Amino acid sequence: MIERPRIPVVVFPGSNDDRDAALALERLGADAPLVWHTDEALPAGTAAVVLPGGFSYGDYLRCGAIARFSPIMREVAAFADDGGLVLGICNGFQILTEAGLLPGALRPNASLSFVCRDVALVVESPATPFTTRCETGQPLTIPVKHGDGCWFADDELLAELEHNGQVLLRYGAGANPNGSIGDVAGVTNADRNVFGLMPHPEHAVDPLLGSTDGALLLGSLVDAARSSAGAFV
Amino acid sequence: MRATVLVRPKPGILDPQGQAVESSLRHLGFDVADARVGRLVDVELATDDRGEAQAQLERMCEQLLTNPLIESYEIAFRGGA
Repeated sequence: MIERPRIPVVVFPGSNDDRDAALALERLGADAPLVWHTDEALPAGTAAVVLPGGFSYGDYLRCGAIARFSPIMREVAAFADDGGLVLGICNGFQILTEAGLLPGALRPNASLSFVCRDVALVVESPATPFTTRCETGQPLTIPVKHGDGCWFADDELLAELEHNGQVLLRYGAGANPNGSIGDVAGVTNADRNVFGLMPHPEHAVDPLLGSTDGALLLGSLVDAARSSAGAFV
Repeated sequence: MRATVLVRPKPGILDPQGQAVESSLRHLGFDVADARVGRLVDVELATDDRGEAQAQLERMCEQLLTNPLIESYEIAFRGGA
């Protein structure tokens, strides 16, 4: 157990929420250094990793498809395989699905419009490192801002994820901004140490921003990183 | 050797771009039942061996050019190798 767990934020060419994510994590008690995509190692003592929002590699080909081959992603994948905590926000979520670290894929919004607004969300379970500060069924208000947030899985995969409780975050009734299957806003891997979501918790950590609900998710991650610090690296 | 890779959204995958195109074509007066929008990648390979090229292109599709969960692909070789 250490005072300020180290949670690096990876910067890809085209990331644009890296500093917001690092600032939010720092305010919640973490040490959040920025890590460049060409780095071939995570900082010593890394307790969790955040892949931030943005438009890595200009979203060329498919969102996240090129960033997943960055040198740092080999380290992130190895870290996740060892049980390390990894959070992907928006473009970070897209990168994690492309890398096969999270199930499903993200497609253009059903409306074909970029959406940028607060959305109502529901937390499905507090029993993950990303939601310990939440309760089952807790409503959250957190902004989204994306053009490719329509999460897709075929019926079989969705049924399996629902059965395993891997759908951790859902859009509230009637609040789905992108047409995602099952109103899915965020999913975990089977071991629940990797989580990706389209909403931006780092933009909802101060009353001035209209909501502090994002701090419940990021704060849960900081808590989990604090108790696991040094366990993975 | 030169090849064209056609990438398509798999059947059943929501294709909002295709829907928008279909709707626009209808507005123009065309009697269109469906339209889907995919992607085309022209590739020039160093090898002149067709079998080797085919194998390389399939690996390219599986690793980068497509997301197998949502997209299918078709490889066509072009003349003037």
